[in-house]
Amino acid sequence: MAQVILFNVTNGLIIGAFYVLMALGLSLILNLSNVINFAHGNFLALGGYLAFTLSPTLGYWGALLVSPLLTALIGVAIERTMIRRIYSRDPVYSLLFTFGLAFVMQDAARYIWGPNGLPMGLPDALAQPITASLFFITWYRVFMVAVVIITVVGLFTFLRRSRIGLRIRAGTLDLETVSVLGVNVRNLRTFNFGLGCLLAGLSGVLAAGQIGLNPNMGDDLLLPSFIAIIVGGVGSLIGTLVGGLVIGLAAALTTVFYPSASEAVIYAIMMAVLLIRPRGLMGEEGMMS
Amino acid sequence: MTVALSTSEPRRLLGRDQLTLVVIWMALITVPLWLPLLGGYTALAGRVLVFGLAAMALNLLLGFTGVLSFGHAAYFGLGAYGAGLTLRYLVHSTPLAMLAGTLLGGIAGTLFGLLIVRRRGVYFAMCTIAFGQLWYYLAYSWNSFTGGFDGLRDFQRAPIALGPFTLDLTGGGATFYFFLLAIFAVAVALMGLILRSPFGRTLIAIRENERRARFLGIPVERHIWLSFSISCFFTALAGTLYALLNNFADPLTLHYTLSGYFVVMTVIGGMRTFWGPLVGAAVFVMLQDYISSMTVNWMSFIGLIFMLVVLFFPRGLLGTKGLLAKG
Repeated sequence: MAQVILFNVTNGLIIGAFYVLMALGLSLILNLSNVINFAHGNFLALGGYLAFTLSPTLGYWGALLVSPLLTALIGVAIERTMIRRIYSRDPVYSLLFTFGLAFVMQDAARYIWGPNGLPMGLPDALAQPITASLFFITWYRVFMVAVVIITVVGLFTFLRRSRIGLRIRAGTLDLETVSVLGVNVRNLRTFNFGLGCLLAGLSGVLAAGQIGLNPNMGDDLLLPSFIAIIVGGVGSLIGTLVGGLVIGLAAALTTVFYPSASEAVIYAIMMAVLLIRPRGLMGEEGMMS
Repeated sequence: MTVALSTSEPRRLLGRDQLTLVVIWMALITVPLWLPLLGGYTALAGRVLVFGLAAMALNLLLGFTGVLSFGHAAYFGLGAYGAGLTLRYLVHSTPLAMLAGTLLGGIAGTLFGLLIVRRRGVYFAMCTIAFGQLWYYLAYSWNSFTGGFDGLRDFQRAPIALGPFTLDLTGGGATFYFFLLAIFAVAVALMGLILRSPFGRTLIAIRENERRARFLGIPVERHIWLSFSISCFFTALAGTLYALLNNFADPLTLHYTLSGYFVVMTVIGGMRTFWGPLVGAAVFVMLQDYISSMTVNWMSFIGLIFMLVVLFFPRGLLGTKGLLAKG
């Protein structure tokens, strides 16, 4: 039993780590641009597929570095050419747009890489279990969690210390004032969108090593990421982090005792939060209205 | 019945509004005559009516209250499952199945509305998406009761006994289409009445300027909640009709993809017009039917339609210029 629980806790941590990366990217874009990026799961898949295509030439480690950057570039191109034209409109339009974009990207992935699942090769060192008794924990799992921790710490340091990061955070609170102070908000939003896509691309490469590749591999992560944002509190990136971990662990622990309710428990947590603390665990009053 | 947009126009015997009305109803009533000539089939027209009703119900909230729900498939699907489960497990009666489905979806919406009525804009939308997906997972995983991923089968719409007559709905032909049309007409008339009432005018006032409405002493949250609930009841009614139309309820009727379809139908037709969503539903259903019969890459085409509508055609077919201005 102890092993089963340990197995599911590590599972929960890993799933939670994916929720966190996805939700942080979504949250960045939502906070600064007021856009729900329905295509975020497809940017994840794109990152994974790019790594699959690049790893024979660049090797795994090269692909791990390059494909998130490429994903971000593609995101920037889409934002520059299309999404920025609809920022000033009613939110219904940006939702419909990214919704359509998700369809197109999924179909494009299916067209380019085929409808069937593909395996993602891993370096031998990562594929080994860490000890014989903990055979279910491979080094890859440790590696994923480490990468996510480094990324999250890096992201928060960037947002707190760098000039652009400070501007992004200030823009979340009051974009108009930031704009009046002479910041080029258009470029800031583009950069921010790219940053969100970078996180999605990175989760895609990591997820590919764990579950393999298929055209809709990001779909199952999208809704839990929304819920992580709602639970954590809209407007708070720390909240998103906490929200992702909470629902990841809750889902994994429910799997131990009652597997078929593991999805339902996520929704139950969301309802409870909306009922008891509508602004979310770490959300600030008024951010969501 | 273009609601509340033409108050100051002088009344003519047959104005533009009345003309629209005549054209739409004539077209709907004569569907069984002309649709086969165009290569369509009556079930397709039934689908237009059902999705049109759902999109019009959504538009009560989206276009006339200015509140964005991206999770209306939940109430549509709950209506469909409510009707299907009633027919399969409880009674073999079409009206009771419709009643049960409408109540199920409507009450779920009413209760959830209480939780999110203070949210606005994209945050409201995000909560509706997330909550809607709960029902999808429920229908998907409760295999023994709902049929799981394969959907709920093994139920049939029942004939309705009207005194000495029996309305035989079991066939696939025109009788059932006219039954759908009758329900559609009643529902649409009710929605029109609601929008013309002082309550409906208040919703438009909230859409135009929420802060001003609040200063006037209008209980904004209560109005948005009521509008959300009414919209959910009508959407659920449309869902029950969908289950009857197909003799089948499918977990995909609960999925947020369908919510997106409802929103795009509304936008294609014209968000702030009364009949726009029906026109949008007709265009979308026909396009989808055509595209999915032509290519396996239909997803790209549907997605492109979404993107192109947003970029180049945001006002919709019936929309007019001044109405896009943000409140």
